[in-house]
Amino acid sequence: MPVSLTHSRLIHDALKACGVRIVSALPETWLVHLIRFAEDDPEMTLVRLAKEEEGVGISAGAHLAGVKSAMLMQNHGFLASVNGIVSCAQLYRIPLLMLISHRGTHGERDPWQTEGGLVTVPVLDALRIPHEVLTAPDHVAQRIAQAQTLAYSASRPVALLLGRSLMWEEA
Amino acid sequence: MKRRDALAAVYPQLADRVVVTIMGAVAAELQSLGHRPNFFYLQHAMGLASSLGLGIALSRPELPVVVFDGDGSLLMNLGGLTTLARYRPRNLVHVVFDNESLLSVGGFPTATSTGSDLAAIAAAAGVPRTATVRTLQEFTKAFGEALAAGDLTTLVAKVEAVGPSAYVTDLSLLENRYQFQRYLRERKGGTA
Repeated sequence: MPVSLTHSRLIHDALKACGVRIVSALPETWLVHLIRFAEDDPEMTLVRLAKEEEGVGISAGAHLAGVKSAMLMQNHGFLASVNGIVSCAQLYRIPLLMLISHRGTHGERDPWQTEGGLVTVPVLDALRIPHEVLTAPDHVAQRIAQAQTLAYSASRPVALLLGRSLMWEEA
Repeated sequence: MKRRDALAAVYPQLADRVVVTIMGAVAAELQSLGHRPNFFYLQHAMGLASSLGLGIALSRPELPVVVFDGDGSLLMNLGGLTTLARYRPRNLVHVVFDNESLLSVGGFPTATSTGSDLAAIAAAAGVPRTATVRTLQEFTKAFGEALAAGDLTTLVAKVEAVGPSAYVTDLSLLENRYQFQRYLRERKGGTA
């Protein structure tokens, strides 16, 4: 499976360096290593979800209880979480760090991912969620730290889109 | 059984517990009994009160957490029961007030009115302790046992479909949120 092990490790290490202790996630291909790293890390708690929107509630509870968290999900999981993001995280000013695999973009071979790829950024914009795409390994640590800083200073959700060139290794 | 009477019966036991409620009648009735800084009312995001309670329970395993959910809300996040069961927080008691309707939007019947059994669904999801109670006496007893059990419990309380005349209170959402966060920051473990 050509999901980048090296870059997944970079992302995991960056989350850990930011003090993230709870990661809620629903598996998807690009996230397999990240989920396994979170599960194997004794300093982290991985919460495997049935549906991504639960993760918004879990992160909100963790924040109110003083624990830093992050959500790992596919862009379709983000789309499935919109009401929770609006009526929990935004209504209650929760700093929510979302790492979203940006499927359905240039190079996508799975036909079923292509509609989600088209609407992810417009939906983020409509929700006024600041977002950046992570594409190169050398900016991963800094951008994750900066996203978390903004999430906390603004008390709002912030998104990082995990790009194909970072997550996927193929000729 | 009326939900407000059930809340009133256990109100003294909520004094040093971390309490999360859903929106609507549950939030308004608990506030009418007397707001406390350890009470958080999730006034929207239907379904996520139990997830938010799980987030607190996992983050602060030394604190006893009580979630007051409802049938309409829980039906929107049935998958969340499987997540609750999977992580089985020993410090979480999950009460579901089941009035078999979406009361605050006109009383439309939910699926529990036609037989869907939330306690059975919770048990099948893997929640180790579940029960359905129908009288105030049964509820008070089962709630006390759940607090003492030291394990995840989903307690379904069948209640009448009656509620307060108004749902908006003078406690602003963000005031409640920041007061609750401050309470958790200063709160030490255990119960008095």
